[in-house]
Amino acid sequence: MEFLQPATWSEALAMKAAKPEAVPIAGGTDLMVEINLDHRRPATIIDLTHIKELTEWGMDDGRLRIGAGVTYARIIDELGDRLPGLAMASRTVGSPQIRNRGTVGGNLGTASPAGDAHPPLLATEAIVELASTKGTRQVAANEFFAGPKKNAMRADELIAAFLVEPARGPQQFSKVGTRNAMVIAVCSLALAVDPKRKHVGIGIGSAGPTPIRAAEAETFIQEVLEEHRLWERHVHCEPSALKQFGELVAAAAKPIDDVRGTADYRRHALAVLARRTFRWAWDDYRKSK
Amino acid sequence: MNVNGVDHPAPTDPRRLLSDHIRHDIGLTGTHVGCEHGVCGCCTVLFDGAPVRSCLMLAIQAEGHQVTTIEGLAPDGAPLHPVQQAFHETHGLQCGFCTPGFVMSVVGLLKQNPDPTPEEIDEGISGNLCRCTGYASIRRAVLRAAELSR
Ligand SMILES: Cc1cc2nc3c(=O)[nH]c(=O)nc-3n(C[C@H](O)[C@H](O)[C@H](O)COP(=O)(O)OP(=O)(O)OC[C@H]3O[C@@H](n4cnc5c(N)ncnc54)[C@H](O)[C@@H]3O)c2cc1C
Ligand code: FES
Ligand code: FES
Repeated sequence: MEFLQPATWSEALAMKAAKPEAVPIAGGTDLMVEINLDHRRPATIIDLTHIKELTEWGMDDGRLRIGAGVTYARIIDELGDRLPGLAMASRTVGSPQIRNRGTVGGNLGTASPAGDAHPPLLATEAIVELASTKGTRQVAANEFFAGPKKNAMRADELIAAFLVEPARGPQQFSKVGTRNAMVIAVCSLALAVDPKRKHVGIGIGSAGPTPIRAAEAETFIQEVLEEHRLWERHVHCEPSALKQFGELVAAAAKPIDDVRGTADYRRHALAVLARRTFRWAWDDYRKSK
Repeated sequence: MNVNGVDHPAPTDPRRLLSDHIRHDIGLTGTHVGCEHGVCGCCTVLFDGAPVRSCLMLAIQAEGHQVTTIEGLAPDGAPLHPVQQAFHETHGLQCGFCTPGFVMSVVGLLKQNPDPTPEEIDEGISGNLCRCTGYASIRRAVLRAAELSR
């Protein structure tokens, strides 16, 4: 096995261009499991952990630009106020030891339908920044996930960062599993309320071949909020509307039966998570008046 | 890399796991290996002060960093580290296989949060498995360690 350790981002991109088959490693919490279990034997590894740029974040034209190598522990500590939904999801990832090493870039690289960073990124319409020696391009999170553990990254590209607007309203994340820590979600849901744009974003996880944005449910709840002037009146929405909202979220899922749960259970649980997280978020919005 | 204050040469094989490097090349066998896929937490060490799983890192990635293993907490002959003392006092171990990992996790937890609530303790040790104690005595050990560290 060849081990490459670029010191700078441009060096890393040059290495990836020269060897597109080389496998990047960040926190290693996905890749090392695959190697140790002999599911994968990369001939070349590019260690991204010495590249300073990847571990930085800052504001970029109204958006937060967060380097792919920022760990979950740092998202929780440093960005919990600005990205509450992603921070909630990050708190549920693995255990402290995993959160001290694991990165959102690695979560995107693996692109598992169960990746916990994905639903909040979908709900907040985040953008993934991909880079190669030929330049950078931005891909909406919604278009980044291409299939089970497949993403839109070309073989010569690396994930540089993701871009997301700081929260303007309440955000929530909820996941179902057998215990609080160290489990792959049976299903998960993130919801982001943006009072300025009068927008409600919803991302769901572990309920289809990819993480999914529940676009119809978003449109429906926005119409309900608009029609009844709930943004202005700061009151709760009708239980019947909430029920329909839950059903639309469940309908957006494409779940399967597997060892963690049945498709029916996942649809049922997603409807519950949708109603529950919306109620929590809307309560926060009403109180913020 | 620096392990417990002593500089060590880089591993010759880039495939060497940090856990294997610590145990076989450096000879510090207090860091245990239970599962080698990130689940059990036995291999927990401090990496630049934060608990991580040494089975999910290549040793070569630790070049230029500080690693602390269970042997680094209290030198031979010195009094035990407060966390070790607390595990001893509260019977926080039976067979002891999981203990180095728990101790290192708890050192990391208390450094970040010197006065954890019961919920924060559960969260702090959630990445370590113990097949003997049923965790009750380990929770007590964390509370006692917090007390001893004050
Ligand atoms: C015990 C345990 C519990 C876990 N629990 C959870 C959980 O609750 N929720 C969850 O979502 N995940 C969980 N995971 C999976 C894992 O921790 C996450 O997916 C994490 O985000 C991976 O990040 P990493 O930096 O460790 O990735 P790595 O393992 O370093 O990389 C993962 C993949 O991404 C690629 N990659 C990494 N960085 C880049 C980059 N900058 N550009 C291009 N490709 C890149 C790598 O080549 C690799 O294919 C768990 C893992 C373990 C071992
Ligand atoms: S041996 Fe590392 S977590 Fe089990
Ligand atoms: S004391 Fe035996 S596994 Fe924990």
